[in-house]
Amino acid sequence: MADEDRISIGSDSDLVVARQKGRELAGQLGFSGTDATLIATAISELARNILAYAGAGEIALSHVFENGRDGIVVVARDEGPGIVDIDAATNEGFSTGRGLGMGLPGTRRLMDEFQIHSEAGKGTQVVVKKWRGRARG
Amino acid sequence: MPASILKQGEYLIASIQSALTDGEVLQLQDDIAEQVGRFRSRGVILDVSGLDVIDSFVSRALHAMAITAKLRGANAVIVGIRPEVAFAIVQMGLTLEGVRTALDLEEGLAFLNRWGKETGDSGR
Repeated sequence: MADEDRISIGSDSDLVVARQKGRELAGQLGFSGTDATLIATAISELARNILAYAGAGEIALSHVFENGRDGIVVVARDEGPGIVDIDAATNEGFSTGRGLGMGLPGTRRLMDEFQIHSEAGKGTQVVVKKWRGRARG
Repeated sequence: MPASILKQGEYLIASIQSALTDGEVLQLQDDIAEQVGRFRSRGVILDVSGLDVIDSFVSRALHAMAITAKLRGANAVIVGIRPEVAFAIVQMGLTLEGVRTALDLEEGLAFLNRWGKETGDSGR
């Protein structure tokens, strides 16, 4: 993945930077204003998750080509405590932090693809993608 | 300051210009609760037209602010949710249940005025 734009997340203000960069990249890639807002909102949720559960981490943004289509990929990485029960964390209403129960399920709904890898004690990586010009689902 | 509170007659208008940090959200919530009492306000308008993203945290915070105002005896209305932001809120499955909304500041004021008339202006 070339041209990855990385934003380190350590405070609330980084969250604003990350979603602005996401919106910019989405615009450059030809996403509509509405899609750019969905992407920025997803980045906001992922960055908040990093802050709430790991304290620090990073968001990486890049352009992705796959099977003749293109889109944006957002990777949220942290070296926090990890998520023990991923199924629960991606379900509605589940939260062990500061009332962010909608964070991961909300992110999943905003984007087209959602993958999460987490290991207790090692950290969490969430990868989300949105394809350009496709029906939302 | 990313947020300011303006006293307009018997109403308070809280404008949120840009993304608030957790601390600022709590501060704004406190300020609204306190100023509703100090100015004996009957209504609070939360103007979010400056926000280009409303995520689940901010959505919950807005809900909390509106309920706080209500518990202090002031009617609260959120105005200025941008169309694409409204779409994102729906897509995430969030609801602002129990919270009044209006298109913009003008509609928000009209709503508070109507509400004041219906319930009568005396007795406080």
